[in-house]
Amino acid sequence: MSGEINYWPLIGVAIVVAGFALRRNPVLVVIVAGLASGLAAGMDVPTLLGVLGKAFVENRMLLAFVLTLPVIGLLERHGLRERARDWIIGLRGLTFARFLTSYLGLRQLLSMCGLTHVAGHAQTVRPLVAPMAEAAAERELGRLDRVQRERVRAQAAATDNIGLFFGEDVFIAFGAVLLVQGFYAGHGIQLEPLDIALWALPSAIAAFVIQAVRIRLARRALARRHAGGADVPP
Amino acid sequence: MFRLEHLYWLVALFLIASALFNLRERRWSMAAFWAILALPFALGEAILRAHAAGAIWPAQLMGIGVIALGLLAARNPLKTTADTDAARAAREVEATRIGSRLFVPALAIPVVTAALYFGSRAAATHGVVWFETRAQSLLALGAACVIALVIALIVTRAKATRAVAEGRRLLDSVGWAILLPMLLATLGSVFAASGVGTAIAPLIEALIPIDNRLACVLAFGAGMVVFTMIMGNAFAAFPVMMAGIGLPLLVEGHGADPAALGAIGMLTGYCGTLLTPMAANFNIVPAVLLELRDPYGVIRAQFASALALMAVNIVLLATVVFR
Repeated sequence: MSGEINYWPLIGVAIVVAGFALRRNPVLVVIVAGLASGLAAGMDVPTLLGVLGKAFVENRMLLAFVLTLPVIGLLERHGLRERARDWIIGLRGLTFARFLTSYLGLRQLLSMCGLTHVAGHAQTVRPLVAPMAEAAAERELGRLDRVQRERVRAQAAATDNIGLFFGEDVFIAFGAVLLVQGFYAGHGIQLEPLDIALWALPSAIAAFVIQAVRIRLARRALARRHAGGADVPP
Repeated sequence: MFRLEHLYWLVALFLIASALFNLRERRWSMAAFWAILALPFALGEAILRAHAAGAIWPAQLMGIGVIALGLLAARNPLKTTADTDAARAAREVEATRIGSRLFVPALAIPVVTAALYFGSRAAATHGVVWFETRAQSLLALGAACVIALVIALIVTRAKATRAVAEGRRLLDSVGWAILLPMLLATLGSVFAASGVGTAIAPLIEALIPIDNRLACVLAFGAGMVVFTMIMGNAFAAFPVMMAGIGLPLLVEGHGADPAALGAIGMLTGYCGTLLTPMAANFNIVPAVLLELRDPYGVIRAQFASALALMAVNIVLLATVVFR
């Protein structure tokens, strides 16, 4: 059967892997990979340009989050992140680990209700969650250096991703559930969306436990760096 | 009714405004970048309609535009503008002046999104349609952004042009990285049209002993992770791995429960999403938004959790799927 398959389009995969490994500009790497795969599949240049342009337009939904930028930018200029930091400093009982774990649980529950766009890196992580996590960590551990600060922010982003990914699949109208159902329907197996969505629950619970432990380990690593005398001003 | 097209027009307006700001400052290539990127939002519906009617030249011009965006991106390296002491002091003053009222517009984004989303579903049962049904939560987000902007202008007493200028400042600081999510999804479509998936599936099948159930499960799980990492999203990997291994070997060959296999298989793929720069909107864009020096900082933070979750999901695949 493999005699009729054209393996040359795989060149695009190789270009992507090599391009990222060599740290070339990702935008160029991706465009070159797409063009190479298309040409290797025997498309002519006008057809390939048409495929490229149409696919680009069809995927424009992914950029809709830029609509949050004017609000967030304006509020930041007027001290939103400073205010978020001060508010957390005022809350004694809210530690770094408790704060991020609460956000994780909230993000999972909201995603399970289909509210995937309520939070996100532009909507909530940059303006609120990251500065709050930094403030909570600073109250526990004292002033953070630049490396620690960036690790806290990265962990806030990671928590948002994990909360989203391992919550949304429990929502029955979410694309992934419908994709699974659609795939089976196309192959003659009829399933209810709810049956599929419920099977995402064990992984969702595991994700909460694993990331909650990870947040506590991250806090411990931050404290160790402090104790290790790496306490240089940012 | 608020439709996706209207949301895209708002995005186009914002991108064109950002292009004009750059034009005024004589930053030509940045201005050209935002102006070209505004095209799929301003004219996208028309391009797709023309394509459906058989006129593919608008899509072809857009294809040339995509290549132009790539060349402009390569010319504009990302640079973060340093925060000045004066700006920091000004923000502290404003934070004290406005106080906790600053949270009202910020929290209005999630709260109004949720209210509009549930409101529109309730209204739909009474025959009133607020939002186009195929993208209710996204449209709720778009409307919430406009409402939050109005509240923010009232709370800060700033002019509307100020908000656009600040939004453009953030847009410029994210720079070409903002293009990656759209571009990687486009690459997925081009790969599919070029038959990359059909070339990979037989390669995997040739490598595994099909009579061994555990070997098939491991190949399926690892394949979901690796293929998701290459394509940048699990949706692209799923049909390929299911058609290659999941359906013929696990469901039909070894009697796996289809619902459990589908759900857990997809989530196994998500572990790959946590590990790859190809999932730029989750892993690279936030690193830029959070001003991390390491573009892979978010992936590094996720690495341990992703591996642990991968192990859990593969164990689930090997056990609960076969009852």
